Amino acid sequence: MHAHFLDPYIQRASPIHRLDPRIKLVLAIAFIFTTALTPPGAWPAYVLLFSMVLAVELLSDLGVGYVLKRAVLALPFVLAAVPVLFTLGGPALVSLPVGRWTLELSQPGLERFLSIALKSWISVQMAIVLASSTSFPDLLVAMRAIRIPRLLVSVFGLMWRYLFVLADETLRLMRARTARSGQSDLPGLKTGGSLLWRARITGGMAGSLFLRGIERSDRIYMAMVSRGYDGEVRSLPLPALRPTHWLVLVCGLGILVLLLLLAYLV
Amino acid sequence: MLYSPEPMHIPDGFLSVLVSILLWVASILVIAYALRRVSRDLDERKIPLMGVLAAAIFAGQMLNFTVAGGTSGHLMGAAIATILLGPWAAILVLTVVVGVQALIFQDGGLLVLGANIFNMGVIGVAVSYMAYQTVLRLSGGRKWGIFAGGFIAAWLSIFIAALAVALQLALSGTSPANLAVPTMGGIHALIGIGEGLITLGALAFIYAVRPDLLSAGKESRGSGVLVWVVGLLIALGLAIASPLASAHPDGLEWVAEQKGFLDAAQGPLYSIIPDYVFPGMSNEALATILAGILGALIVFGAAIAIAYARRSRQQTDQTPEP
Repeated sequence: MHAHFLDPYIQRASPIHRLDPRIKLVLAIAFIFTTALTPPGAWPAYVLLFSMVLAVELLSDLGVGYVLKRAVLALPFVLAAVPVLFTLGGPALVSLPVGRWTLELSQPGLERFLSIALKSWISVQMAIVLASSTSFPDLLVAMRAIRIPRLLVSVFGLMWRYLFVLADETLRLMRARTARSGQSDLPGLKTGGSLLWRARITGGMAGSLFLRGIERSDRIYMAMVSRGYDGEVRSLPLPALRPTHWLVLVCGLGILVLLLLLAYLV
Repeated sequence: MLYSPEPMHIPDGFLSVLVSILLWVASILVIAYALRRVSRDLDERKIPLMGVLAAAIFAGQMLNFTVAGGTSGHLMGAAIATILLGPWAAILVLTVVVGVQALIFQDGGLLVLGANIFNMGVIGVAVSYMAYQTVLRLSGGRKWGIFAGGFIAAWLSIFIAALAVALQLALSGTSPANLAVPTMGGIHALIGIGEGLITLGALAFIYAVRPDLLSAGKESRGSGVLVWVVGLLIALGLAIASPLASAHPDGLEWVAEQKGFLDAAQGPLYSIIPDYVFPGMSNEALATILAGILGALIVFGAAIAIAYARRSRQQTDQTPEP
C-alpha cells in the first residue's frame, strides 16, 4: 500500500489545468480575498461568487461532485460559528427553551452565520480546484513568482518530495503495530492495553519516524553534496509571462473588483 | 485519513479581513527573521533536514491512538520540532507544514493562512521553547527534565495556540469570547494531553537510541533568550487575556464593533455614497434574482465552452495535450 492517494492533483486537459500556475495562484487567492471582503448578507454577491466557482469547476473537468465531496471535509469548523446565531441580538425569529434559559435565534445572527458558512464553503471550493488542477512543482514555480524566499520554497519542495516516502514509512509502522497487537474487529474485545500504554507505543512510533527522517536527511544531504550542493539553492529562471497571461490576469482581477463593487452598492 | 480536520486550522471566512491581514504581517515578519537566522547560523545540512522533518511531522499526524468513544489523540508537532531543531528552524518547518496543509489539503484557508501559521508556527514554537528550556534548566539538564519539559511544552503549545484561535474568532465577530474561549480551551486542554504523551514517547525513544540529538538542542545560542521571553509573554498574555475576554465578552464585542473589526471595509464606502441606490435595483430581492440569472449565465457559458472544446477536439481527433 502506497500513500499516493495523498496527492490531490488530477491530470486533465482542461483550460484551467493549462492556465499558467502563477496566474492561477494569484487569481485563486484574489478570489478568496474578494469572498472575504464581501459584506455579510450580500446574497447577490454570494450567488455570483458561487456561480463563478461552479463555472471554474465545470471548466476544470474535475467533476463538480468531486469538488463538493472534498469541500465537505472542511465543514466541521462551522460549529465554531453556531453561537453567533443566538448572541447577536436583534429581532428574534425562534425561541428555544433550553433548561432554564431560552435561546433566541436572531435574524442578524442567522444572517451572519449563513454568510460565514457560505463564504467559507465558496472559498474552500476554489482552493480545491487550485490544488487539484496544479501539480506541486507548478505550485513551487508560482510560489517563487510571488517572491516567497528561495530557502522556504526549497524546504517546501523537499517536504513534498519526501512526504510520500515518510507516509509510506508511517503506514508500515501502523501495519506493524496492528499485527503485533492482534487487533480485532469483534465488539467488546479489548485490545491494546491501557491508554498510557497505547500513548507510549504511539510515541515510540513517532520517535522512530522522526529518527528515520533525520537519518534519511543525512543521506539526502550526502547525495546532494556529491552532486555539487554548496548550500546555495539554485533554480531555473522562470519562463516569461506572455501577453495572453497578463490579459487573463487583468480580466480576472477586473471581474472580481466589479463584483466587489456590486456587493457594496446593491 | 491522513488529516483529521482539527478545530485548530481556521478555514477561510471565519476571520475578518483585518484580523487576517494583521496576522499575515506578523507571520511574515517572524518568518523573514527566522529565514535570516537559519541561513546565517545553521549549516546547509539543515535544509534537507528541515524538509524531511516537515514531511515527518505531516506523516506523523497519521499516527493516532484511540482515547475513548471514537476520539483519538495525534500529533501537531510544534514541540518536537522545536526540541530537535531549535526555535528558528522549527518555525520554518511548521510554516511549511501548515502551508501545505492549507494549499493542498484545504485544512485551513489561504487568506487566513497567516493566522494559522502564527498560531501553530510562531505561538506553538515560542511557547514550546519557553516551557522546554525552563524545565530543562530547572532540572539541571537531567533526563527527567527532557521528558517533563517535552510533555509540558507539547501540552502548553496546544493549549495556548487554542486560546489564540478563540480570541481571533472573537475579534472577528465569528464566535463570542465567552463561548469560544472555554470551548476551545477545554477541548484543547484534552487534545494537548494526547500531544504531550506522544511527544513524551517520541522523546523517550530518541533518548534511548540517539541521545546526541537531544543534547544538541540543549545549548541555546544568544537568540534563545529572545524566543524564551517572547514565549513567556505570549503564554502569560493569552492565559490572562482569554479569561478576561471570556468574563467580559461585551468588552471584546465592543472593541470589535467600535474598531470596525467586524466589517472593516464596509464603513468608508457607505459613508462616501450614503443611501446610494442603483436605479431599479434598490430592492434586494430583485438584485438577488438578477445575480441568480447572471450566475446561471456564467455557468451555462462554461458548460457551452466545454461542450464546444470537446466537439472540436473530437473533430480534429487530437490527443489531449500532455
